Amino acid sequence: MERIELTAAWAEGQEVLAEVTKESGVRASKCYQCGKCTAGCPVAFAMDKTPREIMRLVQLGLMDEALQSQTIWLCASCDTCSTRCPREVDIARMMETLRIIAKRKGFVAEKKMDLFHDLFLKSVEKNGRVHELGLILGFNIYGMQPLKDAHFGPSMLLKGKLSPLPHTIKDNGEVKKIFANVRKRGGKL
Amino acid sequence: MKRVGVFVCHCGTNISAAVDCEKVAENAKSFPGVAYSTDYKYMCAEPGQELIKKAIKEQKLDRIVVASCSPRMHEPTFRRCIESGGLNAYLLEMANIREHCSWVHPDDKERATIKATDLVKMAVAKVMQNEALVRSTIPITKRALVIGGGIAGIQAALDIANAGHIVDVVEKEPSIGGRMAQVDKTFPTLDCSACILTPKMVDVANHPNVNLITYSEIEKVEGYVGNFDVTIRKKARSVDLKACTGCGTCIQKCPTKVPSEFEMEMMDRKAIFTPFPQAIPNKPVIDRESCRYFKSGKCGVCQKVCPTNAVDFTQEDELVTERYGAIVAATGFDLFDDSVYGEYGYGKYKDVITGLHFERLLNASGPTMGKIKRPSDGKIPQNVVFIKCVGSRDEAKGKAYCSKTCCMYTAKHATLVREKIKDSNAYVFYMDVRTPGKGYDEFYTRTTDQYGAKYIRGRVSKIYEKGDKLIVWGEDTLLGRPVEIEADMVVLATAMVAKADAAKLAQMVGFSYDQNNFYTEAHPKLAPVETHTAGVFLAGACQGPKDIPESVAQASAAAVKVCGLLSKEEMPTEPIISAVNEAICSGCGMCVPVCPYTAIDLKVIQERVHGKTVSRKIANVNSGLCQGCGACTVACRSAALNLKHFTNEQILAEVDALCL
Amino acid sequence: MKYAYYPGCSLSSTGVEYDISTKKVAESLGIELWEIPEWNCCGASSAHLTDHLLALALPARNLAIAEEKGLDVAIPCAACYARCKATEVEVKDSKEMQKTISEVIERQYTGKAQARALLDVFVNDLGLQSISTLVNKPLKDLKVVSYYGCLLVRPPRLGFDDAEDPQSMDKLIEALGGTPVDWAFKTECCGAAHATTKSEVGFPMIEKILTAAKEAGADCIATACPLCMSNLDMRQTQVGAKYGKNYSLPVFYFTELMGIALGLNPEELGISKHFVDALGIVKKLNEAAGRRDTA
Repeated sequence: MERIELTAAWAEGQEVLAEVTKESGVRASKCYQCGKCTAGCPVAFAMDKTPREIMRLVQLGLMDEALQSQTIWLCASCDTCSTRCPREVDIARMMETLRIIAKRKGFVAEKKMDLFHDLFLKSVEKNGRVHELGLILGFNIYGMQPLKDAHFGPSMLLKGKLSPLPHTIKDNGEVKKIFANVRKRGGKL
Repeated sequence: MKRVGVFVCHCGTNISAAVDCEKVAENAKSFPGVAYSTDYKYMCAEPGQELIKKAIKEQKLDRIVVASCSPRMHEPTFRRCIESGGLNAYLLEMANIREHCSWVHPDDKERATIKATDLVKMAVAKVMQNEALVRSTIPITKRALVIGGGIAGIQAALDIANAGHIVDVVEKEPSIGGRMAQVDKTFPTLDCSACILTPKMVDVANHPNVNLITYSEIEKVEGYVGNFDVTIRKKARSVDLKACTGCGTCIQKCPTKVPSEFEMEMMDRKAIFTPFPQAIPNKPVIDRESCRYFKSGKCGVCQKVCPTNAVDFTQEDELVTERYGAIVAATGFDLFDDSVYGEYGYGKYKDVITGLHFERLLNASGPTMGKIKRPSDGKIPQNVVFIKCVGSRDEAKGKAYCSKTCCMYTAKHATLVREKIKDSNAYVFYMDVRTPGKGYDEFYTRTTDQYGAKYIRGRVSKIYEKGDKLIVWGEDTLLGRPVEIEADMVVLATAMVAKADAAKLAQMVGFSYDQNNFYTEAHPKLAPVETHTAGVFLAGACQGPKDIPESVAQASAAAVKVCGLLSKEEMPTEPIISAVNEAICSGCGMCVPVCPYTAIDLKVIQERVHGKTVSRKIANVNSGLCQGCGACTVACRSAALNLKHFTNEQILAEVDALCL
Repeated sequence: MKYAYYPGCSLSSTGVEYDISTKKVAESLGIELWEIPEWNCCGASSAHLTDHLLALALPARNLAIAEEKGLDVAIPCAACYARCKATEVEVKDSKEMQKTISEVIERQYTGKAQARALLDVFVNDLGLQSISTLVNKPLKDLKVVSYYGCLLVRPPRLGFDDAEDPQSMDKLIEALGGTPVDWAFKTECCGAAHATTKSEVGFPMIEKILTAAKEAGADCIATACPLCMSNLDMRQTQVGAKYGKNYSLPVFYFTELMGIALGLNPEELGISKHFVDALGIVKKLNEAAGRRDTA
């Protein structure tokens, strides 16, 4: 394994660390590396780094490595870690913030997940609500797997669970304005 | 002309790093009354004290200001110093430029220096108003009280008694022995706890200078150092200790079974019981809450079978009051309630137990006769998981502090699992292994190396039952991988916490406790067994988590402090007490109920007014009882009460010095 | 009792039977639900991964509408509830955030209208006592594991129930005459976030929960979340095929079980819309009740 020069890495990571700390409100320095987060994490089995290791990277200012990790995308936001953390570190919130910043910096380790969330929010911005059929179709087409889960389609339609057309709410453009106002305040949507 | 000397201390770099001490000394020269001012690196050291004494003589100083640390730290030192220089001790003022200045303003030397100068200016203004005060003396009652009969209390009592003083030990439970009696073996030697404890229990019980008062609690404490008046509630035992021979027939015949507290509820005891076979006194007590006779009026079997007619249902609680010169608090600890860890299922899964439960499972006279068996089905566990820091080092659910003993007793438990159960596995989940004690780290090394316990660095997140197994989820943080263990039993190294009623006792006696309800020592380094209340000392885990050797050492230390006090016939009192200006006291009596030490009453005086003798009431301060808190001076509407050394004039002089 | 009602997007599509059963049960229990007109998507579970402010603002609009009406909001979907609660709490905690959000949504929201989980409303506002008196077809001998999922009772400081071993749904099942079965996976995450986008991660998570329910001896699972429902019900056969298992575990919304116990028609509650047959078990329940009546 490559040796890390910690002093230089620390200096290099400062800016992003400050950004992460400010946006998340989570002080990584509180973490004492007990691993209880990882021990209970339902997705840990699939991660390239355990949640504790992500916290460690942030503690040492190794921000790029944290931001490029799959882990921050695989986090299911179930809050088990934050609920049980003996140091009251909101790890889930840290993951969420790292993901937002990773996207901003163009580090997207899980392209499909990112695509899904983009399409989801596009649907919300356009219609005020999510059009599930449109979302799934769009995701499968853009995600280059047009037949994924297609077998659910017919029965879903029959059961009245998917409507072929989106439902657009009559909100006088309020939801669109919410998106616009968030963008005005620097939100990268 | 008053001549004030100012002595500014650098405290090494503690003060001088943040405050320009030379400049402070220089500035002080211009304050009214200052005849001499200088600075020095260590004013409290011998050369510093000599400097002060020499200056008193050569500069003809008649009052002194030392600008250094808190008076809590060195006021007694400098009082002694100026006394030996020929001045009255109360003509000293200290300006606290360390705790109140350099330590809190480390980053702005210029402004810290201005503040230090102001603090000195105030001290000079005050010392100009100071008056010489004279100490009086009070007699000392040569009898000590030890509260708590665990190993710390026993040791303190033995040491005090061996020095020739009478000592009473008040124990809440029916027997002395405390937590150590529940422990099976002790680390790092693995010698049997009972084998070393019970002889001491016998010694203390048989000592001519010791009175054991078991099944009793402190009801009220009045008075002060040298003369504490303590009321003790002797709970109704329902058994006449003099008549009872301890034959045990009553226990055998008692029809009511209840879970035994001593056996951590893994075994039953009777409603009339002794907590354990080696109890002292080895005579039973009736638990009236479970006794059939007390609940329904029927039964009375114990009374019928008692050959000496010792069972007495009519006994009542008895209150006795005794005077003591000194008190040792040795009330011990409780266990943290692990049921707040829903994710561990403590209280839900029978085979998730605490370390103290495990001690009883190891013990030859315990519920399993010393065989390690699961509480649920009595099977011998093959895979035993230990989890450390449960309730400790956990701000979210438990306590922030380290319980200090768990690393060692868990190593002991893991060793004993490997020793007692063939082909067993002992897994220890830990965050750190802390073994700073003589022979401790060697013991831990043997646990892993010789006994093959597997240590896994990480906290456990979840335990759940699957069939008759307990599935334990953790992370091996050294591998960076989630791990799972199919365990047969899980032992939680549970935090030591202050006794549930610890705060109540502290308030009753009048000493302080910390945010965790552990009793506060007077100084963490230099007065670790004293409290801020004179005459009250601390021993054992009531002051903070401790193991047996440490508790014993602290108990002996507390005993020495008690003996030091009791070896004197009388002791000087602090002259900083309230004084009544009889001329202006209106006798309204407002001060009487305000005084927390019942030191003030009203007396009638006769005086001549316009040639006639009239009598009127005025306040009267008992100088023996007054502790100088000053509450009365605030309550007094006519400002007739003044606290010596902190008079209204003296305080106002300080304020004026700063503000005018 | 009157609440603003926020169904959320899932309840108008994949979780339509949750919406149907909620409305029917509320009506039977005398709870008035005022559906927030032209409500918008709360953003779960994409907005909070994209922009924190957007994640707070989207639910805020719905809450603000309810606040104008002076009503608390009853929310069946656990995911929507978690997002709405997060908004409510941040707005309550910080005046500055309250101002920012009100500016973004161009409406006033002060945190007065509270986000309430529908389960909380039924169990704690209406009360188990009132519910049990209305039960006329008790779920006798039906062994149910309550699956709260990860979002309903977390974080603990906001929760209406214990975060590690919640009891409200179990007690509700008991009040309905059923047999709540204790198990250790009440709050384990089912990985709904990944079932669509990364099934190799989502499927093992579903598998664990279904296996645990089976091992606990449950006849069926009760849930309070449409995402959990899709995962455990719609994907059950798919997951079973992958792991060579046949779970045959019907999954119910707790509102459906309430409806059955209150004597409502299972078809009308939307139970026929499930993927794993759930009507069979209801039919058996009724047959057993019939036998008891004649005997």
